[in-house]
Amino acid sequence: MKIHLSSVFVDDQDKALRFYTDVLGFVKKHDVPLGEDRWLTVASPEDPDGTELLLEPSGHPAVKPYKTALVQDGIPATSFAVDDVHAEFNRLRELGVHFTQEPLEMGPVTTAVLDDTCGNLIQIVHSK
Amino acid sequence: MAEDVFKALADPTRRRILDELVERDGQTLFEICTRLVTKHGLGLSRQAISQHLAVLESAGLVLSRRQGRYKFHDLNTEPLERITTRWLRPDAAESAP
Repeated sequence: MKIHLSSVFVDDQDKALRFYTDVLGFVKKHDVPLGEDRWLTVASPEDPDGTELLLEPSGHPAVKPYKTALVQDGIPATSFAVDDVHAEFNRLRELGVHFTQEPLEMGPVTTAVLDDTCGNLIQIVHSK
Repeated sequence: MAEDVFKALADPTRRRILDELVERDGQTLFEICTRLVTKHGLGLSRQAISQHLAVLESAGLVLSRRQGRYKFHDLNTEPLERITTRWLRPDAAESAP
């Protein structure tokens, strides 16, 4: 068994697609119209057939309070691996991305936490 | 107020929280929890750490601020200065016991 799909709840799928592709650098994988919403997934250009990330609409009434509570306490919705957190932090900050946690070295891992502009915090991480 | 400061400082976990805030102001609850568990092996629940932060806040040693949808915690050393001056300059002593 392996992880095929993971998801984040996004406030606006168009906006999310722009952020996850233009800013973070993922590539669009599937975009299937489903009534008002879309089955919209992105993947890593480094592993286009690997795990997909579903940009899932956050219309369900339980989602907003859940996201609000996580963001207030700084808890990331999910985590992405990068080669160098410091380099990625500098690159994304230049693009206007807001971080709630600047790079933090904790033994073998370095992490940072950013706002995806769609209601979530995302952790980036690298291991030595 | 001074009593609250002594109570807040009496707990080793709360002293660790202050140690970590010295390193960087403006931490989220998530960052504080992460630092305590990875750097000090203190695997407390978020609720427990929230309660420790509340004690530090009521003593004025930690100030929390909401910025949009986020909440950040900053160190405030001003109550400590009052404690040191209490004994360093007895003529400026607090009236509280």
